[in-house]
Amino acid sequence: MTSATFPASEPKPSWTRYFSFNTDAKVIGIQYIVLAFFYFLIGGLLAMIIRGELITPAADLVDRTVYNGIYTMHGTIMLFLFIFPVLNGLNNLLIPTMIGAPDMAFPRLNAVAFWLVPIFGTLLIASFFVPGGPAYSGWWSYPPVSIQNPLGHLVSGQGLWLTAVALSGVSSIMGAVNFVTTIIRMRAPGMGWFRMPVFCWTALAAQTLQLIGLPALTGGAVMLLFDLVAGTSFYRPEGGGDPVLYQHFFWFYSHPAVYVIILPVFGIFSELFPVYARKPLFGYVYVALASFIIVGLGLVVWVHHMFPSGVAQWMRNLFMVTTMLISVPTGVKVFAWLGTLWRGKLRLTTPMLFCLGGLFNFVFAGITGIMLATVPVDIHVSNTYFVVGHFHYVIYGAAVMGVFAAIYHWFPKFIGRMPYEGLGKLHFLLTFVGANLNFLPMHPLGLMGMPRRVSSYDPEFAFWNVLASLGAFLLGVSIIPFLLNMVSSWVLGPRATHNPWNAIGLEWLLPSPPAEDNFGEHVPTVISRPYGYGLGQPLVENQEAIERELNLQEARA
Amino acid sequence: MTSTTPPSGSLAPHGEGGEGHANHSLTGFVIFLCSESVIFLAFFSGFAVLKTSALNWLPAGVEGLEWRMPLINTIVLVSSSGTIWLAEVLKAQGRLWGFRALWLLTMALGAYFLYGQAVEWSGLAFGFTSGTFGGTFYLLTGFHGLHVATGVLLMALMLVKSFLSGNYDGGEEGVQATSLFWHFVDVIWIILFVLIYVWQRH
Repeated sequence: MTSATFPASEPKPSWTRYFSFNTDAKVIGIQYIVLAFFYFLIGGLLAMIIRGELITPAADLVDRTVYNGIYTMHGTIMLFLFIFPVLNGLNNLLIPTMIGAPDMAFPRLNAVAFWLVPIFGTLLIASFFVPGGPAYSGWWSYPPVSIQNPLGHLVSGQGLWLTAVALSGVSSIMGAVNFVTTIIRMRAPGMGWFRMPVFCWTALAAQTLQLIGLPALTGGAVMLLFDLVAGTSFYRPEGGGDPVLYQHFFWFYSHPAVYVIILPVFGIFSELFPVYARKPLFGYVYVALASFIIVGLGLVVWVHHMFPSGVAQWMRNLFMVTTMLISVPTGVKVFAWLGTLWRGKLRLTTPMLFCLGGLFNFVFAGITGIMLATVPVDIHVSNTYFVVGHFHYVIYGAAVMGVFAAIYHWFPKFIGRMPYEGLGKLHFLLTFVGANLNFLPMHPLGLMGMPRRVSSYDPEFAFWNVLASLGAFLLGVSIIPFLLNMVSSWVLGPRATHNPWNAIGLEWLLPSPPAEDNFGEHVPTVISRPYGYGLGQPLVENQEAIERELNLQEARA
Repeated sequence: MTSTTPPSGSLAPHGEGGEGHANHSLTGFVIFLCSESVIFLAFFSGFAVLKTSALNWLPAGVEGLEWRMPLINTIVLVSSSGTIWLAEVLKAQGRLWGFRALWLLTMALGAYFLYGQAVEWSGLAFGFTSGTFGGTFYLLTGFHGLHVATGVLLMALMLVKSFLSGNYDGGEEGVQATSLFWHFVDVIWIILFVLIYVWQRH
């Protein structure tokens, strides 16, 4: 392979492909991300209603039953319809281009997995309009509340919720089989395991967790559905059943689900810090391997969600220790990022700001996580706003900010245009201040004893709640510059070159946007580790020729 | 679960170091089976938890489970694992008609298993809602039976495909995957049989 030739700018593909059963991973990736943000707006609107209700101590905005439905749907939408789909979108965009594959291993299965999302999303949203309203038993859907069907209709909000979650599971398993097979079987020549970008390592780790954990939730949810509609008594104490059994099934998946969310974000941090600090990733091998230590440990910590649920004392002790141990591989990563930043030439672009802010929030969430792992503290603050504050720091403070970082960083690559820095920085500022103002006050509230999932509270909690609500409204406002930026730069933004950030990676050796089959026949051979910033060694064979060709093409265009 | 039959990768594959023309379907299917086994693991552990913690495990008027017919079913299913293995051996030797005969025999054994399961179900004095005993019994045997039925359907599909010209030229992933699935269903049944029929408390 002497000089890589790329097909010169093809006829512009029609925008209608985003609304079709397209099997190109890059189209599917963008479909996932755009659809996820549609649901993000719905979930965010529900959050605004929740914080609007909580700005005063009295239950004066919505009916209490409606409020139960709203927080249940807020959590469900944000997890199953926003964060998982948006991460699957990034997986679709990044995995094939980063490993030099033309597409996913099973392109049609990939498209089916995507199109299930709007189907179960519609089912879930439709539950607002059935008699009795949507599910109201919280996003974890514990029995006995979740197996009540007071109106007796066959189609209930809870039934729709379970159906939607089951379909989400089917879609996620299809995705996971696809991502894992693609990473194992379709890497570019020369890309051994320890030449693979960390994002792919973390995606592989996260999808492995999906494959192991998700079937347990599916099994548990099937039994819950039978209890709800067929009158079985798996979880009914009066029929000999055990409601705590459901909690085991639920958390056996749903704790690892947190790692499914945060691991790819670790991958994003590991990709972006070297680019914007102009240094190799510190301790690459350890960062990569720590992902799998997190997988192993992450599967044996779930009982920490159930310390007050009547589990045996030995279980509490055991799971307290395993939960604390997980901070070791996580700490390895955090120190590796700090080592990467240390004495680097930091470029404070929008993606870098989101990464730094996300890392700050993640460390804070990690500290409250250690507190929650401790049995006495956990039992004290169980079911209070302390827990709500903790996981919102993880999910919004770290994961969503990491996702924003990834979107700003890879937008030029896959859209072919540059996002605006000014709007991006405004978005970052509003997000960072809003998230901290929203979620920090939840910690003192929890320590003071304010329970979660209430629509009215004692006036002594009013001060911190007002602050939290203001922070939430700020977060609501923060979406405006983001959407404005995305839409305007998609349509009008300046054309992006193939490597606007001067980054190292296979995806940056493709034109922006890449051709449908990425490298096609001309997959470069990888000859060194990723993140060779400042080392002066090429990543692939004939790198100069490939880059010369890309520059030439850009000059012609 | 039939919808998860992997579609064949239609793209030019390029493994590490250009290792020939691998089809990824079997890899994907093995990954899927590993994941699928966790659902059974969840059901098995749920069964064990509910059984060991139950005050009155057996519903009133139920003495326990009759094990002779399920034992016959066990023998049928285990031997069908042998026949499907032999079928694959014959196919590897290029004896396509021998393969088809044994493949058909495996399907017949699978169908007999389903028949035996149906006969057992129809003769039982308890139902799906008879406490956790009835619930777990029908859940486990039903979910396993669904897999047996899926396996028989997959075999029928592969049998039809064997008559299409040139079908097996590009590799045997479909046959291998079906066979793997069948062994999986067999192993699950053995665990299920030990848990439900052998481990009985009176």
